Amino acid sequence: MLTGQFLLLGAILFCIGVYGVIARKNAVLVLMSIELILNSVNINLLAFALRNGSADGHTFALYVIAVAAAEVGVGLAMVLLIYRNRRNIGLDELSEMHG
Amino acid sequence: MIAIELLVAQNIGFAVIALVMIVAALRVVTTHNVVHAALWLVVVLSGAAAQYVLLAAEFVAVTQVLVYIGAVMVLFLFGTMLTRARIGTERDLNNPYRLLGIPVAGLLFAAMAIAIVSSFGDEQLPSDPRVIGIPEISDQIFGAYLLPFWALSFVLLAAIIGAIVLARKD
Repeated sequence: MLTGQFLLLGAILFCIGVYGVIARKNAVLVLMSIELILNSVNINLLAFALRNGSADGHTFALYVIAVAAAEVGVGLAMVLLIYRNRRNIGLDELSEMHG
Repeated sequence: MIAIELLVAQNIGFAVIALVMIVAALRVVTTHNVVHAALWLVVVLSGAAAQYVLLAAEFVAVTQVLVYIGAVMVLFLFGTMLTRARIGTERDLNNPYRLLGIPVAGLLFAAMAIAIVSSFGDEQLPSDPRVIGIPEISDQIFGAYLLPFWALSFVLLAAIIGAIVLARKD
């Protein structure tokens, strides 16, 4: 197996996730795109861990998974709060923070 | 000879799983149904777990299945069902300027692909890699990376409290 094939797979998933973050309006779908991005980073970390024969990549991948779980929990709580107040989770209509 | 055949099998497995992952990821960002997007995301996450096994990271693969497919997807489906009146096709999921995302993602991928190919063109992964077992990972987490582990514990605690405070009715 080549090193580059895993890195290219990670790059493709990352770019699809970036497209999703730009193109989606629904907040839950934006969170899903962020999950795609985090998974592509994990693939890269584990590919380099195998290449260098080191356990650091495994450790960081586990940390990334834990942070992603925390992020989804807080993000969905915020989405629920926004939905309860506005009956809508379109991100383009959230303009109160413009000041 | 056996090792070469094994490597060919690994490459075929990688190609099949990668193809499935890419198609499913494209469906995640293009489908018009939030529940379908969540289910396509399950396909992508399972494929990622399979790639972790190919990369000799069994413990991370098991954690991926437990945390992502077990817990995070349930959270996503909860969020979908609590914020939507009906389950089904929905037209209004995309931004009006979503076509702008295609050149952005394309340029980003071109830059990364050039960098990857020029740096790791035909470099092979080690065919008999050093096996990294769970004891070694736990030595890392509770040894060299203990401080990030503590920070992560506080992040999780803060996330739990924050989610309860945010979602509570008062």
